[in-house]
Amino acid sequence: MKFPADLKYTAHDEWARVEDGVLTLGITDFAQDALGDLVHVELPKVGARFKAGDAVCEVESVKAVASVYSPVDGEVVEVNGALDGSEETINQDPYGDGWLVRLKVNDAAGLSSLLDLAAYQAKLAK
Amino acid sequence: MVPFAGWEMPVQYAGVGVEHAQVRRSVGLFDVSHMGEVRVTGSKAEAALQQLLTNDISAIKVGQAQYNAMCHPTGGVVDDLVVYRLGASEFLVCVNAANRSKDFDWMIANNPFPGEAVFVDEGDQWAQIAVQGRNARATLQKLTSVNLEPIANYHFSPGVFAGVEGCIIARTGYTGEDGFEVFIPADRAVPVWDAVLAAGAEYGIQPIGLGARDTLRLEVRYCLYGHELNDETSPLQAGLGWITKLKKPGGFIGSEAILARKEQNEPKLVGMVIDGGRIARDGMEVLHDGAKVGVVTSGTRAPSVEKSVALAYVRADLANPGQRLIIDVRGREAEAEVVAGPFYKRDY
Repeated sequence: MKFPADLKYTAHDEWARVEDGVLTLGITDFAQDALGDLVHVELPKVGARFKAGDAVCEVESVKAVASVYSPVDGEVVEVNGALDGSEETINQDPYGDGWLVRLKVNDAAGLSSLLDLAAYQAKLAK
Repeated sequence: MVPFAGWEMPVQYAGVGVEHAQVRRSVGLFDVSHMGEVRVTGSKAEAALQQLLTNDISAIKVGQAQYNAMCHPTGGVVDDLVVYRLGASEFLVCVNAANRSKDFDWMIANNPFPGEAVFVDEGDQWAQIAVQGRNARATLQKLTSVNLEPIANYHFSPGVFAGVEGCIIARTGYTGEDGFEVFIPADRAVPVWDAVLAAGAEYGIQPIGLGARDTLRLEVRYCLYGHELNDETSPLQAGLGWITKLKKPGGFIGSEAILARKEQNEPKLVGMVIDGGRIARDGMEVLHDGAKVGVVTSGTRAPSVEKSVALAYVRADLANPGQRLIIDVRGREAEAEVVAGPFYKRDY
């Protein structure tokens, strides 16, 4: 399983990449492996606003459904529509083409709650 | 690995989607040793099964198998099962793992001819594999001198398989593909498993877990006990009228109740295709004009037809093909349509 060092992570097995005030969100290699073959993603609408801790989308596999939570207060500026009908991309490339949503960060203070690689791996090891 | 009726079984080996496609495209190997087996013998073995089961046992010859159901006096289903006729007065009954002791206790308690019909739980003495897919026969033919080609669907032959004596090779399955289920004396199962994997290597054979077993059966609308069938549902509600011989001489346990319930317009099991990709799950409500009219029993994304599909019990007047219904998917409405027949049909 891969966990890129340049990403931030959450306790719910999301990853985040923050560039120029925009946070790209996806699920980690651990999460996609635990869920198994993904078959549906319920994406939010561009312009939707979320508080930190809100569920922004749902990812559904053959076995289970999981919510993906926003780690920050933000507004959706882009969703990965290419996943529609090609949900297996999340299994194949969770950190690249398998990204889910991009949020404009409204409260930069929330970013401090994100985990770095060492902290995430420590959480996985528990 | 997940616990399943007391057995530790893999939900998946390589992944549900990959395994599903392998069975549809070529051949896959399932460990179904968890299934229970009951041997029935004695001068009244056939007569006892006629009383206990819904289908007409007298219609099958030695070497033939039959899908069947066992019912409560209320008409509810104790279990669905397959009967293999080994001889004039000898049968092997293959039952669901989760119902093994319930079924055996039921048979003993309701045996109309104790002494003349003897039921023996042989669940621990048999291992069972299923080899399913268009290349199943070519795979298995390498391992036995029994000519498999003339064994018709729902027929079987006893014989030596992979060097093991006392096996039963049956052309049955739970996937909608051509294929076989092989009963093997339990202590000889591990080398047989390896032999089948080796024989099927040229066809890319893979072990298949419970996850793909479920998506495969759901695409062809086979019932799964605990979902489509339970102690309350009548076999007619589930679309199993074809195995429910209400006019069988002497009837069977539950036949009167099933006949009476037939007039009551009970909810019917339907197949549905859901618009979009949301997945319906067991227990979700089916709605029509804002009212609850049914409940989902199974749902998945059907990999071979690339649609979200479900089975559900719905009000009888809304069970016709073309009927539009709503499924409540965690508070959001998913539109769906009732469809006739299996979602997938094999093309050979």
